Amino acid sequence: MFADYTWTELGSIFAMQGFAGLILFSVFVLMALGLAIIFGQMGVINMAHGEFMILGAYVTYLCSNFVEAYAPSFFGVYFFFAMILAFVAAGSLGALVEWSLIRHLYKRPLDTLLATWGLSLILQQAYRSIFGAREVGVTLPNWLLGSVPLTDIIEIPINGIFVMVLTFFIAIGVYFILFRSRMGMQTRAVVQNRVMAGAVGINTEKVDRHTFALGCGIAGIAGSAFTMIGSTGPTAGQLYIVDTFLIVVFGGAASLLGTIASSFAISQAQSTMEFFLSGSMAKVLTLLTVVGILMLRPQGLFSLKIRR
Amino acid sequence: MTNLKSFMSRQEMLGLLVVAAVLFVVMPLAMDIFRLNLFGKYLTYAFVAIGLVLCWGKGGILSLGQGVFFGLGGYCMAMYLKLEASTPEATAIQSTPGIPDFMDWNQITALPWFWQPFNSLTFTIVAIIAVPALFAFIIGTAMFKRRVGGVYFAIITQAIAAILTILIIGQQGYTGGVNGITDLRTLKGWDIRTDEAKYILYYVNGGLLIAVLLLSQIVLKSKLGRLLVAVRDQEDRVRFSGYDVSNIKIFVFCFAAVLSAIGGAMFTLQVGFMSPSFVGIVPSIEMVIFCAVGGRLSIFGAVYGTLLVNWAKTTFSETFPELWLFGLGALFIAVVLVFPNGLSGLYRSYLAPIVDRFIVPKGRKAEPDKSTPAAPFGADTTAKPAE
Repeated sequence: MFADYTWTELGSIFAMQGFAGLILFSVFVLMALGLAIIFGQMGVINMAHGEFMILGAYVTYLCSNFVEAYAPSFFGVYFFFAMILAFVAAGSLGALVEWSLIRHLYKRPLDTLLATWGLSLILQQAYRSIFGAREVGVTLPNWLLGSVPLTDIIEIPINGIFVMVLTFFIAIGVYFILFRSRMGMQTRAVVQNRVMAGAVGINTEKVDRHTFALGCGIAGIAGSAFTMIGSTGPTAGQLYIVDTFLIVVFGGAASLLGTIASSFAISQAQSTMEFFLSGSMAKVLTLLTVVGILMLRPQGLFSLKIRR
Repeated sequence: MTNLKSFMSRQEMLGLLVVAAVLFVVMPLAMDIFRLNLFGKYLTYAFVAIGLVLCWGKGGILSLGQGVFFGLGGYCMAMYLKLEASTPEATAIQSTPGIPDFMDWNQITALPWFWQPFNSLTFTIVAIIAVPALFAFIIGTAMFKRRVGGVYFAIITQAIAAILTILIIGQQGYTGGVNGITDLRTLKGWDIRTDEAKYILYYVNGGLLIAVLLLSQIVLKSKLGRLLVAVRDQEDRVRFSGYDVSNIKIFVFCFAAVLSAIGGAMFTLQVGFMSPSFVGIVPSIEMVIFCAVGGRLSIFGAVYGTLLVNWAKTTFSETFPELWLFGLGALFIAVVLVFPNGLSGLYRSYLAPIVDRFIVPKGRKAEPDKSTPAAPFGADTTAKPAE
C-alpha cells in the first residue's frame, strides 16, 4: 500500500496523519484521565462517563450562545469560563450520582456497570429532550480559527494546538492532584486499603465522593474541549466509551502514565491507518490489536507491582 | 425415572410446566398471528437470557458480548437463506446473476469463499452451533487461562461486540453492511413468510426453548453446575481443591454462546432478516437487562423477564417514544438497587410460599435453593433452614 507514494509524500502523509492523531490523542487523554481516576483508582465502571463529557460540551454550547447574545465583548475569552462551568456542572452531577447510586454499589463492580448504563440512557434522553436530537456546534472566537502553515502540504489548525496545550496542562494538573496533594494521598490510601485508611482518620465516604466528582469534572472539561474540534449530539458520548475503557485497561488500570501512553499508541495507529485503509477497517484493526495484546498481557502496558 | 427428583424439584417442574403452558396454549390463544410472531421474536432473546443466567447469574462471568453470538448464529442462518433466495433465475436482472443482491450492488462478481459452504443446510446447522462455540472457546481460553475475569472480561467482550459491528458495517459487499441481510424467502423451498409458516416457526421456537431449558437444568443439576456456583462464590477454594477453574468457565461461556446462536438463528427465520443492529454493544447490554429483570439466578425467570421487557419496550415506544429510554434507564438502576433478584426473587418472596403449600407433600419442607448466593446479591427471604 506504500508503493503508490514517493518518500516525500509518505513523509508528509505521516506528518499530517500524525498531527490528526495528536488531536485524537488529546481527546482520548482528556476522556481517559477522568476514567482512569474513576475506574483505575476507584474500580467503579462508569458507563455514563461519555454522558458527563457531553454535559460539559452542552454547558460550553450554552455559554457560547449566552456570551454571544449578551456580552459580545468577552467573546474572545468565554471559553475559559465555559470550561470552569463545565467542570463544576459535571463534577456536581458526579457528586450527586455518587451519593444516590454509586456508594451503594462499591462491592458489586458488575452492578455499577448496569446501573451507570441505565444512567447514561436517562442522560441521553434528557439531552435529546432539552437540546434536540440534532448535533450542535459552538462558535469559536476568531483567534482560534485558521491554521499555521508548516510546509507546502502540512497545515496545523490552531484549535488543534490549543486542545493539545490544554490537554498537557490538565494532565499535569491531574498528576499533581493525585500524587502531590493531600487529597490525592487520601484517595490513594483509600483505594489501597479502605479499612486502614478509615482507621487513621480519613473520612473514606467523603474521599470517595470527591474522587468520583473529580473524575466526572475532568470529563466535563474534556467535553468542553471536544466542542472546539467537533459538534455535539446526545449520543456522541457513547461513541467514545468503549475506546476509552480499552485505553484505560490497555494502559494498565492503575497507572496514569500507562493511560497516556496507550492513548498515544491507539490514536496514532488509528489515524495513520485511516489514510491507507478505510476508516472502519483502521478502527477494526486497531481495536483487534489492542484486544489481542490484552489477551496476551491482561495487566496492560504499565502495571503497578503491588502485593494484594 | 428414578432420579427425576434429584434432577428437578417439584417447584422447578411446576416452573417448566407453566412456561410450556404459556408458550403453547395461552399465547397462541390470546394473540393474533402478528402479535404471536412478535412474541416469537422476543422468545429468541430468551435463549440469550438463559445463557446469561448460567454464565452470569450462576457462574459470575458477565459477558457484554452475547450479541456477538446471537449475531453469528443469525448471520449463519441468513447466509443460507440468502443464497437460497438468490438463484440465477431470481437474480437475472443483476450484472452477475446467482449472487446475493447486495454483493452485486457493491461490484463483487463472484461468491466469496466463506459464503460457499452455506449452500448446504447441513453445514449451516453445524455452523450455527460450531462457529459461535469455537469463537467463544478462543476468547474464553485466552482470557480465563490467564485468570482474567470480572470487570475486565466484561469490557473486552464489549470491545469485541464493537469490533464485529464495525466490521460488518464496513464490509458492505460481504455482509450487507448496515442494512444487513434482507429479503429472505424460503427454507428448502418452504416459504417462511406465510402465516402458516409463522405459526409453525413459533412452535418450533417454543419447542427449542423448552429443550434448552431442560438442557440448562441438566447442566445446573450436574456436578459441573454445582462447581460453577462454587467458582462464583469462592474461586480460590475450588482451585485449591484441585479443579481447573478455567475449564469450567470456558465451558459455561461456550454453552451460553451456543444458546445465543440458536436464538439468533431462530430470530432470522421468524423475522426474515438479520442486521448489525442486533450484534453491537447496545443490544448486548439490553440482553443482560432481560436476564436481570427475570432474575439472574432463574432460567424460568429469564424467559418472563425477556417477554416483559420487550413487551414494555414495544408498548412504550409505540405510545410514548420519549419516555421509553427514561423507563429503560430507570429499569437498569432499579433492578440493581431495589430488586437484584428480579421477577424470580419477587416470586420466591411472595408467591412461592403459597404455591409450596399445594405442591409439597405434608410433613416435608421445601428444599431451600442452595444456589442462592451470599450477601452481594441481597438476602433471600425464602431460604428456610434445611431439615
